[in-house]
Amino acid sequence: MTDETPPDRVFRDGLAEGRIRLQRCGGCEAFVFYPRVLCPHCHSTDLSWQDASGDGVIHTTTTVRQKPERGGDYNVCMVELAEGVRMMSRVEDVDPPGVRIGMAVRAVVGEIDGAPAIVLHAKEA
Amino acid sequence: MAHELRGKSAIAGLGVAGLGEAPGWTAWDIMARASLAALDDAGLTLGDVDGLFCAMMEDTMPALYAAEYLGIRPRYVDGTMTGGSSFVNYLGSATAALAAGLCDVALICYGSNQRTASGKLVTASKPPPYEAPYRPRYPISAYAMAAARHMHEFGTTREQLADVAVAARGWAAENPEASTRDPLTREEVLASRMVNDPLSVRDCCLVTDGGGALVLVRAERARDMPQTPVYVLGSAAASHHRQISQMPDFTTTAAKESGARAYAMAGVTPDQFDVVETYDAFTINTVLFMEDLGFCAKGEGGAFVADGAIAPGGRLPVNTNGGGLSCTHPGMYGIFTVIEGARQIQRRAPGVQIEGVDLALAHGNGGVLSSQVTAVLGSAATL
Ligand SMILES: [Zn+2]
Repeated sequence: MTDETPPDRVFRDGLAEGRIRLQRCGGCEAFVFYPRVLCPHCHSTDLSWQDASGDGVIHTTTTVRQKPERGGDYNVCMVELAEGVRMMSRVEDVDPPGVRIGMAVRAVVGEIDGAPAIVLHAKEA
Repeated sequence: MAHELRGKSAIAGLGVAGLGEAPGWTAWDIMARASLAALDDAGLTLGDVDGLFCAMMEDTMPALYAAEYLGIRPRYVDGTMTGGSSFVNYLGSATAALAAGLCDVALICYGSNQRTASGKLVTASKPPPYEAPYRPRYPISAYAMAAARHMHEFGTTREQLADVAVAARGWAAENPEASTRDPLTREEVLASRMVNDPLSVRDCCLVTDGGGALVLVRAERARDMPQTPVYVLGSAAASHHRQISQMPDFTTTAAKESGARAYAMAGVTPDQFDVVETYDAFTINTVLFMEDLGFCAKGEGGAFVADGAIAPGGRLPVNTNGGGLSCTHPGMYGIFTVIEGARQIQRRAPGVQIEGVDLALAHGNGGVLSSQVTAVLGSAATL
């Protein structure tokens, strides 16, 4: 291929440093998630990396019901970041049924199963 | 100017096998039995089949496996995997292949033993890397998030979703092929165990065994065959994403596009359909598809399906076999939308036969609202 770092690697290395890095397209200005080698909007390959602001809003959400002995109910949601991209995540500091569409959240790098992962914290109302 | 493929192929035979529970039978056995039933229905044999169209969860190359099992050497094979919509999708590719002379007898087939073999929905996919850490339940979490967003934007209610399940059960009650036929009320749906908010267990399709098959030939040949031909007037596919996190708009599916293109090909409008068979993996599907396929405006799907409007005796007969919610759901239900639509046109529905059906819609959904494929089926009167 080339001597560039593969995009998934850049993203994961970013997470390991506590950074949420997003690709931005030089062709159409759109942010791109998940990481890839071209812009899915305009097909430009002119992509560069920017750190996300971390500001986000819950776009939609569900409570996955699970028996207490298996860990109990948990949240799965879609967050829309201020940059315009959406990703799956979970709100960590709100009871799952209390996670609401439209809620303002902060995306941070937390840990899931020993690996860094983007998780969400509710912003103070 | 009609599309050149409009009405050029016809369903000449159909069959089902192993619906409900088929303990001990493999998915291939079920596929083969459905295929034999469909060929027998058409007055043909396996030796006549030279085009094979197959998707199954058993193998990454199911069309090859199916050909091997059936002992046939087709000259045209299509194993395009678009999930549960695959079989509706094959109506389009089979029609094109038949019209181009690439095959003469197309067999579309499917079988699954997921209920008795594993008891849950089987998927062959790798976990998506940017979703898996959050442990979404595949596929229900995706549909639950679409439902939640629809409720948020349009005020759709759990009661309206429940009425989709109640309507499906109403049709299933009359269908001896249906797995669940006991009465179901809105209150029972609402009181059933919550699985992924806002979807409860009664908002979810069944997990059954089962298989189905279709035999397609060129239209002129179908006229001289035993069954009433069911013509493929239009078919179109659309897809906007694979993973739910990439769905551009959680309240609008690509069915808006597939439907519009299928209607244009067939030269029909939604108000002309006598029956509508859609892939109801979850109650929200039917709401979305009523909107996206043009039966009501965006946001009005909840009200459209409520209060028995799509149940027996309602304003529009939808999922007249009982659907994936109450008839059968072996994992990739799409083929049953075609089978039920065709049977309605042929006046041989196993359950409620709607009077005077000439035009039927069959709509397949695949993945997590990912693939949408719409087909327009018609009787000879619609040619
Ligand atoms: Zn771009």
